[in-house]
This record gives sequence, structure tokens and C-alpha cells, in this order.
Amino acid sequence: MNLQGIKIKVHDMSLRDGMHPKRHQITIEQMRTIARGLDQAGVPLIEVTHGDGLGGASVNYGFPAASDEEYLRAVIPELKQAKVSALLLPGIGTVDHLKMAADCGVHTIRVATHCTEADVSEQHISQSRKMGLDTVGFLMMAHMVEPAKILEQALLMESYGANCLYVTDSAGYMLPHDVTARIALLREKLKPETEIGFHGHHNLSMGVANSIAAVEAGARRIDGACGGLGAGAGNTPTEVFVAVCNRMGIETGVDVFKVSDVAEDLIQPILDFPIRIDRNALTLGYAGVYSSFLLFAQRAEKRYGVPAREILLELGRRRMVGGQEDMIEDTALTMARERKEAAAAHPAT
Amino acid sequence: MKKIKCAIIGPGNIGTDLLYKLRRSKVLEPVWMVGVDPTSEGLARAREFGLKTTDQGVDGLLPHVKTDGVQIAFDATSAYVHKENSDKLNRLGVMMIDLTPAAIGPYCVPPINLKDHAGKREMNVNMVTCGGQATIPMVYAVSRVQKVKYAEIVATVASKSVGPGTRKNIDEFTRTTAGAVALIGGADQGKAIIVINPAEPSLIMRDTIHCLTADAPRQAEIEKSVHEMIAEVQKYVPGYRLKNGPVFDGNRVTTFIEVEGLGDFLPKYAGNLDIMTAAATRTAEMFAEEMLSGRLTLEPVAA
Repeated sequence: MNLQGIKIKVHDMSLRDGMHPKRHQITIEQMRTIARGLDQAGVPLIEVTHGDGLGGASVNYGFPAASDEEYLRAVIPELKQAKVSALLLPGIGTVDHLKMAADCGVHTIRVATHCTEADVSEQHISQSRKMGLDTVGFLMMAHMVEPAKILEQALLMESYGANCLYVTDSAGYMLPHDVTARIALLREKLKPETEIGFHGHHNLSMGVANSIAAVEAGARRIDGACGGLGAGAGNTPTEVFVAVCNRMGIETGVDVFKVSDVAEDLIQPILDFPIRIDRNALTLGYAGVYSSFLLFAQRAEKRYGVPAREILLELGRRRMVGGQEDMIEDTALTMARERKEAAAAHPAT
Repeated sequence: MKKIKCAIIGPGNIGTDLLYKLRRSKVLEPVWMVGVDPTSEGLARAREFGLKTTDQGVDGLLPHVKTDGVQIAFDATSAYVHKENSDKLNRLGVMMIDLTPAAIGPYCVPPINLKDHAGKREMNVNMVTCGGQATIPMVYAVSRVQKVKYAEIVATVASKSVGPGTRKNIDEFTRTTAGAVALIGGADQGKAIIVINPAEPSLIMRDTIHCLTADAPRQAEIEKSVHEMIAEVQKYVPGYRLKNGPVFDGNRVTTFIEVEGLGDFLPKYAGNLDIMTAAATRTAEMFAEEMLSGRLTLEPVAA
């Protein structure tokens, strides 16, 4: 398919989804520096909040180095052309957080729900739209249901006032044909003026390929993360995606060398560990598990002696959704106890 | 034995489940079911059980309050109409148990403060939220041992058990629950998170309760307190179970709970709804026992 001359908007996740591998400890100064770099590289939209969105600061998801408000007020004035977005998960964040973010000067609010629960987003989407913000509905774990269900839920969010709808591959599970089927159906059935977006994770190394499939099917906003800084094996690496777009003639307005310098010079040095497809990140994509469960499962392995991979597989079997981080420790405790009981019942001879 | 006569306002899932529980009570007798829709299945079901019904809202009940001796009313409608319902019935000396998030009266979590409310002759008590009923006893179980600086609860409920009212105003759940976690649970600061899971078969309600204690947790005392509190809740919700914990990690104390419902009218997985109707019934019974013993006489309240 010839995509020459198609214009898309790249939305960078490194300062939001990237908070997960950093355990929400990116400093204000690091945020400022990276955001400035992305701005200069021509990235038009940058997401900034706790990894779990506005109000995510908690025992359950982790307390961040600074508050959402501090991050937003530090980053927004630094930017010359780029705009800032904030994520909000109803059930975690509230309209109060949304109003705070608007007061800080965000351009975009993205309201995220599990892909079957869009009707919890009505009050947040309608409020955001009423305030004149660019308002995105973000359907997470979109691999778990058929395209028709995604469409039904997207139509709800569109009816509440969302002007852009996302298919979100939170587990990095989808293959290109899964992306095509969902995006194409949304493009066919949503209002022509409603934008469509795709958010990928790189757990099966499909981030770039899936994003291109999304563009081919009609998506015009694509999430990447500079240096791949995101949950699991990271998001679609922005610099790689932009390079591929350049080769295909898709116009992003992002300078491939400048953005790859940000990845190399500003992101790589702050990593706590290399973001790559290790066996646990692979398991997320293979079994369809929420990407930000990764570090929690690794910590549970250390504490309770049950391999992270087995915990993640069990969470996948039990069809856990985003936000159920509490069930990781619970599952590890239960598995450790069952193993101890089994060992006691059948002692090695 | 004499029973205290009750009315239920709202013949939906919650109101109907409540009806099943009230019919088993030794001290309560449901006599009226109030709705607004003449074709309501809930009203038809209530009539089958021998209750009087009206489809004219609370105004349809008011003329019968005195003659039928109604003394306690349960409001299972919505926060928007609750105050009006409550004022009208309080004026006739009927006490109100509020299952909506309106919270115009004090919060009631039975094992923690029910006795205080009965002693104070409250005419309106609020049952917080399902997540609050399921988790606040566990916060209190820690805070009665030692100071809790911060308490956070995560309630995970089956998609099918979350009605359109809650979905339209999910912020109300997070705000009300967080407030009550601090105020009734006994923490300096409270936070509440709700997660809706659509898995099939539906998952039983799960609750995780994190407390951060001011000083190092006194583990043995907390464990004892948690187990005692679970036994208290089990008196009215037999399916309230400790799944794991308490886990001690530095100053973090975490308890993992499962709430299985009785399966009266609502399915068993909907422990979140069952714990509301069970707590409301338990609350009404305590007030009824006070009335029957002559220690409590309800008076009309000027609005």
C-alpha cells in the first residue's frame, strides 16, 4: 500500500508509560531535559503523568518522585512547539485531577478504560470536551475482545465527546492483522472527523509493524516512546518508527536523527535496566498480560520464590485487566502456599 | 414476636436482594415496596411476596406510613433523589437507611460504629459504598492497634455487578470511599481505587487493603485484630474471607479479602452488592432491637 504523503501525529510516551520501568522515579529535571529534546526534535505531543495516569500515586502502583501537578507545571513552559497530554483512568483518577491538569495547561486528555467498560468514562470525556481540550478515548487491552466489541465501545466514547479513539495493545499481544481488523472497522464506522490512534507495546517486537498496519488501516495518531521507554519491553520506539515512516514517505514532522539522539543521550543514561524482550516481557506479549505488571511480578518472584513468568501466566489465565497490580502479590502468595502444601504432601523420596 | 415494619424504596437489584434478607429477619418485616414504574418486575415480585406496592414514588407511600406502622425505610434509589425521600419520611418519624452515595447522614459500617449510631438515635445513616463496606473494617482492624498514616483500598468487582448509576458517576465511588476509609477506618489519609473486570465466569469481589503505619507494625497484635474483625463481618456476610495476609513489608500492612455473596437475589459473585444489603439489614436490625426493647422511640423530625 502506498502511504506516501500521509500525515500522522506521533505521540511520545516516554515520560508517562516510561514511568513504569523507572518505578515512577523520573526526576523533574530529567523530565524537563527529555521534553525539551523531544520538542526540538519536532515531536508534536508528549504525555506526562504518573505511569498509571493522573492520581496514580499509590501504594498499589507506586509513589512517584514528584506529583502530577509538579511534573506538568515543570514541563509545559519548557516547550516551544510540542503540546502535552495527560492520561486518566476512571476508578483511579477523577474529574478533579482532570481540572488540575487543564489548569496546568495540558492540550490533550486521554481517558482510558478496559476495552469493555467504556461507559465509566462518560463524566470524564464530557468534562474534558466541555473544557475545549483535545479528548481521546483509550480502549486498553484491546486484544481481549473482537473488533465488533471494540467498535461498540468506541461509539460510546465518541458519543460522550471523544474526538479521537485509540486501539490500545496494552499487552503487546497483537499481530498486524489484529490491528488492521480493529482500526479498519473503527475507520469505517466512526464519524469521518473522529481521529483514530494506535498504542503498541514491543513485547513481541511488533510495535513498529503494528503501527504501520494501523496507519495503513486509517489511524493518524501513533504512540511511540523515545528509546522505547515504556512498560514491558517498552512501547513502539519513536525513533525507529519515525525512521520507517521516512522510508515509506509517511510524514511525521519528527527529525529522525534528533529524536534518536534524545534516545541515546538522554533516555539510555537514566535506565535502571536495559529495556528489552527478556523472558518475562516476552511472556506478557505471548500470554496477553498488561505490560506494567512486569516489575511487580519480578519483585514478587524475589520475595516469594515463584518465578515471574509463572505468575504472569497465571494472571493471564485469570484474565486480569489493567490496574489489578494488587493481584500480583496475592497470586504469588497463593502459588507459594500451594507449592509448599504440594511439597509437604509429596515429599521427595 | 413483634417485628418492626419496613419499606424499601427502589425495586431494582439492590432493593429486591434487600427484600430477601429482610424476609428472613427475626425483628424486621418488609411491608412496602416503592417504585416509579408500574411495569417494574421488582414491584411485581414484591407483590408476590405479599408486600404492598406503589409506582408513585415515596409520595405514594406517605399516606400509609401511619396506618401501616412503617418505622424504618431503606433507600436503594439514587443520590439525586435521596434527600427529598429522606426529609419526607423523617417528618413522619420514619428512620432512613441510605444505600445511595448521597451520604447526608453519618457513615455506618456495622462492626465499627453501628452501636454508636443506635445510641445517638440517628434518623438517617449512610452505608458508604460497597467498596467501603468491604474494606473499612480491615483499615479499622489495623488502626485500632496503632496509628495508620495512610490507607488505600483497591476494590475489584465483576463487570456484571456494576450498574449504570455507578458507571455514570464512578468518581462518586472513589471520593466517598476514600473519605470514609480515612474517617471511619481511622487513617490520616485515605485513597480508593476501583477496578472493573469483565472476565467470564464473573469473578467474586476482591479487595486489597494497604495500610501504612506510623511506626513499625506490631505484627502479632494486627494479625489477631484482623482475624477478630473478619469474624465480626462474617456474622452478617458469611462469605467474607481472608485470602492472603496480612503481609508486613516495612511499614506496609496489606490484607487480601474476597467477598462472596449469599446469592439471595443477586448472583454469588456480586459480593459487593450483597455486603451493602447485608450491612443495611444488620443496621436496621440493631435499630429495631432498640425500638422493640423500648430503649428507642422515633420522633418526627422537622425538615
